[in-house]
Amino acid sequence: MVRLPYLTALTTLFSYGILFVFGHLRDFFRKIFDWSKSNNLQGYAPICLGYEDFYTRRLYLRIQDCFGRPISSAPDSWFDVVERYSNDNNKTLHRTEKTTKCLNLGSYNYLGFAAADEYCTPRVIESLKQYSVSTCSTRVDGGTTKLHTELEELVARFVGKPAAVLFGMGYVTNSAIIPALIGKGGLIISDSLNHNSIVNGARGSGATVRVFQHNNAPHLEEVLREQIAHGQPRTHRPWKKIIVIIEGIYSMEGELCKLPEIIAVCKKYKVYTYLDEAHSIGAVGQTGRGVCELLGVDTADIDIMMGTFTKSFGSCGGYIAASKEIIQHLKRTCPAHLYATSMSPPAVQQVISAMKVILGEDGTNRGAKKLAQIRENSNFFRSELQKMGFEVLGDNDSPIMPIMLYNPAKIPAFSRECLHQNVAIVTVAFPATPLLLARARICISAAHSREDLIKALEVISKVGDLVGIKYFPVEPVKPNKVKHLKKIE
Amino acid sequence: MASEIMNATANALVWISSAFDAPTRAVVFGVPINGHLVVEALLVVVILFQLTRKSYKPPKKPLTEKEIDELCDDWVPEPLTPQITEELMIEPPTLESAAGPHAIVDGKEVVNFASANYLGLIGNDKVTDSCVGAMEKYGVGSCGPRGFYGTIDVHLDCEAKISKFLGTPDSILYSYGISTIFSVIPAFCKKGDIIVADEGVHWAVQNGLYLSRSTVVYFKHNDMKSLEATLEKVTGRSKHPEKVRRYIVAEAIYQNSGQIAPLDEIVRLKEKYRFRIILDESHSFGVLGNSGRGLAEYCGVPIEKIDIITAGMGNALATDGGFCTGSVRVVDHQRLSSSGYVFSASLPPYLASAAISAVDYLEANPSVLSNLRANVATLLSELSDVPGLVRTSHTLSPIIFLKLKKSTGSDKTDMHVLDSIANQVLKEDSVLIVSTKRSTLDKCHLPLGLRLFVSAAHSESGLLKAAASLKRVAGSVLS
Repeated sequence: MVRLPYLTALTTLFSYGILFVFGHLRDFFRKIFDWSKSNNLQGYAPICLGYEDFYTRRLYLRIQDCFGRPISSAPDSWFDVVERYSNDNNKTLHRTEKTTKCLNLGSYNYLGFAAADEYCTPRVIESLKQYSVSTCSTRVDGGTTKLHTELEELVARFVGKPAAVLFGMGYVTNSAIIPALIGKGGLIISDSLNHNSIVNGARGSGATVRVFQHNNAPHLEEVLREQIAHGQPRTHRPWKKIIVIIEGIYSMEGELCKLPEIIAVCKKYKVYTYLDEAHSIGAVGQTGRGVCELLGVDTADIDIMMGTFTKSFGSCGGYIAASKEIIQHLKRTCPAHLYATSMSPPAVQQVISAMKVILGEDGTNRGAKKLAQIRENSNFFRSELQKMGFEVLGDNDSPIMPIMLYNPAKIPAFSRECLHQNVAIVTVAFPATPLLLARARICISAAHSREDLIKALEVISKVGDLVGIKYFPVEPVKPNKVKHLKKIE
Repeated sequence: MASEIMNATANALVWISSAFDAPTRAVVFGVPINGHLVVEALLVVVILFQLTRKSYKPPKKPLTEKEIDELCDDWVPEPLTPQITEELMIEPPTLESAAGPHAIVDGKEVVNFASANYLGLIGNDKVTDSCVGAMEKYGVGSCGPRGFYGTIDVHLDCEAKISKFLGTPDSILYSYGISTIFSVIPAFCKKGDIIVADEGVHWAVQNGLYLSRSTVVYFKHNDMKSLEATLEKVTGRSKHPEKVRRYIVAEAIYQNSGQIAPLDEIVRLKEKYRFRIILDESHSFGVLGNSGRGLAEYCGVPIEKIDIITAGMGNALATDGGFCTGSVRVVDHQRLSSSGYVFSASLPPYLASAAISAVDYLEANPSVLSNLRANVATLLSELSDVPGLVRTSHTLSPIIFLKLKKSTGSDKTDMHVLDSIANQVLKEDSVLIVSTKRSTLDKCHLPLGLRLFVSAAHSESGLLKAAASLKRVAGSVLS
């Protein structure tokens, strides 16, 4: 829940207003200067007309150095950020050879599998030598290897569903599966803060799309009742089927979804549910099995569970787990299965090894240690940030922590100052978030040690004071708490 | 009796007419009040009275809670997926080794014509070594989108290498082959724009066209006259040429038929009618042209004339992912508005370093292209007289597409026949070829057929074996 103070809202709007006015002024002068220069488009329409890319040109380009920072090492807990310079006020950025070692608070490396791992990497290299980099073929033609079938069975077992199917990219999984499940005459009800891939898949399917308020089960019930009672628009025929799409952890809020209430509503009205666990699989839950385990929901109640391997397993790709009939149907009709190159075999082996570590089947208890570590790290970091007076969103146990910034000028200030002090932070603004609610997002990993987190807290607190984002009162530091921190160090 | 009624009516009539012709009794406001004015005034009053009465509308009753409950209870949804019958469940062959020209499928060694491994780079030592180095340095995944610390220096090196190889100003990498084209098209084409596309484009292009919400007009597959007629019709109708963006979408080598698009014709038409061109070179990059630079080199068209080139790297370059290349403006625009680039994790670094090694190999050994062309020519000459099947692909295309001479009339039975040919060829002669499989979401209606992907690494014996086996099996199944 974001509580936006009035004064902050006013100042943020005022800042955006100034940026807007200056942008228009610059555009005006640019038009005057360009009148004299010849237009080399020769009858073609320009790629962006008028004000379509106003935001890009006048707002985003000014702070372009805060985004897209290249790195030159593995995205582990400490990594090397490449320095860049610009000669024309941030319009173009050039790489240098110098790098700075920074603490990584931005990569999706929840369980620490991003860098070379002692169990996974030798097996991945072996599979690379056996199956080579890619199969150059689709899954149905000649691209299915033994590794793919092994991973599908392992994923099904891990998630708790009868069967699973793999895809080479998480984005394509959503965009290509939703059209295969539902078409014209169906209804999709999706959470208002769903990811772009789900929105694209829903649009591409041809079904009617309605939105319910984020995480609000009573509003979902209201929307369902109204839609079932009225039927399809204009013809009022009954809907063919209805699917409700929700996510496990919302990546811009760090919140868990209210799964038990939403599943209860869906069961009452006989609608199908689709759960996207991109950020929560492997990161939350007692044994890493995701939101269902954490919130105590039976996996048989959810019709389709989707997830990706990019975040917790340090690989690439996505999966869908559901009943055997649904998976068979998808294997026959889903375009991503029939037309796309199959997942690269070394990446498949990485996921198999990572899952075996998490399940404890590699013979050690590293998996359980990693899961306990990430839970402890997230809870510690979140509570310390809240004590310092920052406005932190998200629920307990979630490894994603957005810190509210609001004002557009604070975005580059926070990002650049933190980088100066060797902490790499991700800042997010419009259009990924609403215009007034810019934030800095921190992703905690199991590879972060307690010293790393304490250093990060120091830097963030110092920079937060400089930039002025401690919107809440600071809790007074009790003397025995300081002793407690000293003991760990 | 009748006379009395007659008298009464006559009297009434006299009375009424006297009322009409009554002399003016009064003068009100300079208007003499005649008798008929009173009647007319009464009529007007009656009309006004009726107008002010509300018309009868049946009252609107919103549904009560109880009625909504009943409707919700009555509603029965369709099952999420239709029932699968036994005949539709097909298990694809499972590889137990790398997908090179000779692979191990289900325990036995087969000659593999199902992998688009055109340059024979699967199993190449240099590529494997660079991947091992990348894995040890960067791990497997990149753990983030390009905007949030997912840009690794190998990505930037790969983009620079591809631009240098093709001779374009800039390029951009995508993390998956098919997501390239269906992210590029909606980034450039919005509602109100006009797109002219070939009817034989594959599903990813169709999905991109649908998501862009522009007006899409299809022309006949690889038919330049139809393209010219469509362009003429579309330009005649558009009202604001300066504000409406117009694109032609075509593939260099079509996956669904193996034909090659005549690029010089298309460029001539595009310049005449002022369209931009989006070309998908997934199967022609690294294959066509003297040095493998694609369709533009083969047709002798300067690369600057093609506005946007996209390609998947899962074919000749033997890695995964895709790229898009063009002018600096085109590429920069995609870095913020292409959804498959912004909202998705970046390409794993080892795949990018494999792409760099692949392009290096191609630059260093252009002779591999002549091997590929020789193999294609050999196989084509052997397959020119297969009973019951006819070739639709171009002579230079590394995808050899054979369709049924006489289709049975329905797609389902056609597929059944082709599948049985492919299965028999695999079981009896250990040659892996594939029949085209269509998704129900695919709008392409080109005929189904058998596909053979030829590689530069195929040996002559393998080619002859495949041709002989196909001739035998086709003869027995289709006669």
